[in-house]
Amino acid sequence: MPALPLDEAGPYVAAAYLVFLGLVLVYVAIMAAKLGRLERELTELNALARERADTAAPVTGGTEEPILHE
Amino acid sequence: MYGKGLRPLAITTALVLTGAFALVFFWAPNDADQGLIQKIFYVHVPMGIVALGGFVAAGIMAVQHLRTGDARWDLRSYVAIHLSIVLAVGVLITGMIWAKASWGAWWVWEEPMLVSFLVVFLLYATYQPLRFSIEDRERQARYASVFAVLAGAFVPINFAAIRMAEAYIHPRTFATTGGGLPGDMLITFLVALAGMTLLFATLWKYELASKHATFQVRALRRRLLGEDELAPVRRSAAPTL
Amino acid sequence: MRHAVGALLRKDLALELRTRESIPAMALFSLTTFVIFHFGLDRRSVEGDLASGVLWVTLLFAAILGVNRLFVAEAEQGGFDGFLLAPVDRTALFVAKALALLAFLLCVEVVAVPAFAVLLLGPAPGPALPGLVAVLLLADVGICVIGTLVAAIAIRTRARDLIVPLLALPLLVPVVLAAAQATAPLFAQGGAEALPLRWIATLALYDGIFGAIAFAVFDFLLED
Repeated sequence: MPALPLDEAGPYVAAAYLVFLGLVLVYVAIMAAKLGRLERELTELNALARERADTAAPVTGGTEEPILHE
Repeated sequence: MYGKGLRPLAITTALVLTGAFALVFFWAPNDADQGLIQKIFYVHVPMGIVALGGFVAAGIMAVQHLRTGDARWDLRSYVAIHLSIVLAVGVLITGMIWAKASWGAWWVWEEPMLVSFLVVFLLYATYQPLRFSIEDRERQARYASVFAVLAGAFVPINFAAIRMAEAYIHPRTFATTGGGLPGDMLITFLVALAGMTLLFATLWKYELASKHATFQVRALRRRLLGEDELAPVRRSAAPTL
Repeated sequence: MRHAVGALLRKDLALELRTRESIPAMALFSLTTFVIFHFGLDRRSVEGDLASGVLWVTLLFAAILGVNRLFVAEAEQGGFDGFLLAPVDRTALFVAKALALLAFLLCVEVVAVPAFAVLLLGPAPGPALPGLVAVLLLADVGICVIGTLVAAIAIRTRARDLIVPLLALPLLVPVVLAAAQATAPLFAQGGAEALPLRWIATLALYDGIFGAIAFAVFDFLLED
């Protein structure tokens, strides 16, 4: 197997490492999407919980404060 | 808690992997035969070894699931298989790039790692459809574990058999002028292997933590809204806790 | 356990004798495949590793046909429930089914191998026979172990006919590899050469390992 000259070999090596990087980044992107969905759902549930707490006992001035602030 | 210890793990992974690639490009000597092309070896083979290890580990986790019936083992096995499949795709693509650069053809049957990964990939590609085709969750998990055990045992046997066949035809050597893998290259390879293993562990933990969080949110939703408010559960291939 | 295996095996063999479903179909399929190979390869005769490959690919796909049908009667007519009620070791079902499949395969090979010798094989088969029989037996055991396991996994899923080949074929790659490598010298043009023992050993090891795993794991497929 004769060695390819540097300018020809470079793109192949770069491509291989980029494939690896690409896979990791795609994974990160998918996880980011999941995290975004999780955050949305949690905010929704949090709002719902606050509503329930409000209707059950009307807010007097801070006794029913949720743990998370806006 | 799955997220515990995730941050130090991730930081270690980043350091080791970056260090490994730095060694690859700034320190490891060039191969006498293949020149720069040989550098692909440092990303292709560690991915291969970690993927093979991941499949075997998933088999062991599946054994635990069958023995204890604890669904958490099924989840761990599922995530390990997922990650290993992604790595397997990476092995195939980088292997083909290496083959094209070294031998001029996109595919060579003489490379045992490439060939055995093709077979392994084809096998594990059935894992998801198999899970999806069984509706009962508990049975789905059990059958998936049986598959993971079978396939996990298969991976090393397959690799050995293919290696034997190809060794017959086409002996493989890593040659610098000395022959065999010299010290500098070996060290670089081991660091790359360590980095890849840490990466697998990090992503595995990461995905488990994410899934666990999703289950907690779902449980919370059920508690707040009552059973009927839950979005209609679609048939799915993923385990739940 | 032997009684259970015996009873189940006798039932399956009797069923096959009466309905004659699987064996004729598998045998016919093999013959047709040989013809297809002739047209596909455009060759009047094959020898050496080509002969080996044609034979093993044909036998493998014929076996898949048998595997697909293996648990169908149990699934459709409540045989599983009946079996689960009986106070026997559940692995008996695995052994019985694997032995039944082995019996079917051997019957098919009695037809297919001579047909192969007549239709496609170049060199005379005579001197190759003892070695060929040994390889056939060992490879068949491997095919039956994996085939029965895969059939049991697939029978309870929705896409069973599709899952069987997708699961079984990759798992059987080492068997095909070893069997083809073992029989290739037997079909050499210059006359049968020696049987390579390393591949016999590989087949035996494969059979042993997966047989043991099947024993350990089969129970979990029947729980409900």
